[in-house]
Amino acid sequence: MDRPIRVLVAKPGLDGHDRGALIIAQSLRDEGMEVIYSGLRQSPAQIVATAIQEDVDVIGLSCLSGAHNELFPQVTRLLKEQGAEEIIVVGGGVIPQSDIPFLKEHGIRQIFTPGTSTKETAEFIRRAVREKEGV
Amino acid sequence: MGGRSLTTENFDEVYREWEEKTRQLLEKYPEQRERFETLSGIEVKRLYTTRDRKGEEMEKIGLPGEYPYTRGIRPTMYRSRNWTMRQYAGFGSAAETNRRFRYLLEQGQTGLSVAFDLPTQIGYDSDDPMAAGEVGKVGVAIDSLEDMERLLEGIPLDRVSTSMTINAPASILLAMYIAVGEKQGVPAEKLTGTIQNDILKEYIARGTYIFPPQPSMRLITDIFAYCAEKVPRWNTISISGYHIREAGSTAVQEVAFTLADGIAYVQAAVEAGLDVDRFAPRLSFFFNAHNHFFEEVAKFRAARRLWSRIMKERFGAKNPRSLQLRFHTQTGGSTLTAQQPDNNIVRVTLQALAAVLGGTQSLHTNARDEALALPTEASARVALRTQQIIAYESGVTQTVDPMGGSWYVEALTDEIEERALAHIERIDELGGAVAAVEQGYMQREIQRAALETQKGIESGEEVVVGVNRFRLDQEEQPELYRVDPALAREQVERLESLRQRRNGEETDRRLAALKRGAEGTENLMPLILDAVRAYATVGEIANALREVFGEYEPIG
Repeated sequence: MDRPIRVLVAKPGLDGHDRGALIIAQSLRDEGMEVIYSGLRQSPAQIVATAIQEDVDVIGLSCLSGAHNELFPQVTRLLKEQGAEEIIVVGGGVIPQSDIPFLKEHGIRQIFTPGTSTKETAEFIRRAVREKEGV
Repeated sequence: MGGRSLTTENFDEVYREWEEKTRQLLEKYPEQRERFETLSGIEVKRLYTTRDRKGEEMEKIGLPGEYPYTRGIRPTMYRSRNWTMRQYAGFGSAAETNRRFRYLLEQGQTGLSVAFDLPTQIGYDSDDPMAAGEVGKVGVAIDSLEDMERLLEGIPLDRVSTSMTINAPASILLAMYIAVGEKQGVPAEKLTGTIQNDILKEYIARGTYIFPPQPSMRLITDIFAYCAEKVPRWNTISISGYHIREAGSTAVQEVAFTLADGIAYVQAAVEAGLDVDRFAPRLSFFFNAHNHFFEEVAKFRAARRLWSRIMKERFGAKNPRSLQLRFHTQTGGSTLTAQQPDNNIVRVTLQALAAVLGGTQSLHTNARDEALALPTEASARVALRTQQIIAYESGVTQTVDPMGGSWYVEALTDEIEERALAHIERIDELGGAVAAVEQGYMQREIQRAALETQKGIESGEEVVVGVNRFRLDQEEQPELYRVDPALAREQVERLESLRQRRNGEETDRRLAALKRGAEGTENLMPLILDAVRAYATVGEIANALREVFGEYEPIG
């Protein structure tokens, strides 16, 4: 793949803690990706609309308020409804291990729990996009 | 040193010999690092001695309870009274939170601290589409006075002081508190507590803003003016560095940006015609207690000294209470790890100790499981016990400012003060904190520091026990607190029922009056209080103000 990977880093819901999202956005840029940051308080519908309009490969969702089980699956559902389920969705934030199987069942490819290095996240994204492109 | 004893006269000579000997030793046994530094990047020297104090010492340090308050705001500190142990709590419904409050009071907690859910903090009712998924999650859902009555049921407001973490809609929640007081027969002048009410740090670091900066500043000065007259024992603002630090700032930036915000509030109030000595005694602060133990102790001492000078020299305040920086401390949430959660108890203990040695007036200790979820009742108890062990078993409360006069701590206090002052001067050049926020200055500085920290952790230079060193192969999964999903539905039902029961015409009339008031210049507190008494909801009141003030658009 010769074009850079495009990523939307998004904050669904009302949670205003964006330290992690901003760090991830900058780190992925440093890894050569094109990153759009949604800003705070985006609804799942707004996030999906931006993702489609910006033609991104990946959406990274961040949530620390405990609303992830409601908000993350809405994003994957709307992607499917709009025929954009090829967009890879990953998530991070304050998310207990016990919620991860549920989120994966709903199409969230990976959950990066606290303590994951930004390098690991970038590596996962690169691998997932390569697989999708069949490279 | 050849058995020679050290005296003031021979100090320099003997010190030089010691240095030379140490240098030789270092060739054989090098130190673990080339350079040691605090989290703010201040170099830490091998040793601090009397040589690190430059004259004018007495004047800078002073005595406790005396200007410039480096050693504390009261002459006896914890010998007279311990700090207030104030654990932040709130989740789900008002009734459920009321039960946790009563539990904490029974366990010996001495003040309440209310966590509101995000819809409440951003001025949305529980049935607003924006609230989807967030009702009752990070705090209690409050839609109307009725919820507030339930939240405070059986809690005597004349004896318990209450801190409310509420910012953009602070005037609405304070009005509800006053109204509950009225119903309990407690007059407003007897109410004690604090509203956070610090909007600038919301734009900088925490994100729960509603209105643009100018009308937000007006709401704040309206509260100052109203409370000076009607609720005189209420702390009308808690100027918060906590979230600035959580967003990734250094200790130096935390002090600088918080005090710069404080300057902006005082300036706005003075410009609104208030007498500084009338409202300044009710200003309070809120800081973080992070990992570098000595830097944290020094940070609190430096902040106190800086603020007293600012109030005296810049604003000409005369009342000693206007010059005293009183603060609440919370241990650093972002320092907690999801890995090996028991380690967090130790981190919290050290951070809490730094806060106490720094002279805090009130303290929240985080629970071990907060990197994973809201605390369980058991982990909330251990967090409170941590404070009680420091207060009652450790003996550190027996003397005032025990770190005072430590060559190291005094040098570090000076250094933090100096560096923070440089930031404050830069913010002054940008036109003050409101202008600096609008230009994104603090936001950029914090983000740069946060990235540095992340790089330090990933390179292993900054050690996080259990995460990048001393890991376990198999992590145990602790029992976590879960908010019952039925609570959100029940909250919406209660809200619908209230809307049917209340006198709708009266509510509408009050909301219309508030809107007219917002278009003019009168103090909005009495109008908000009227709307609250008529059971207008948080969302309805905030929307009335949104229609006039508009909403804040963050810079891109």
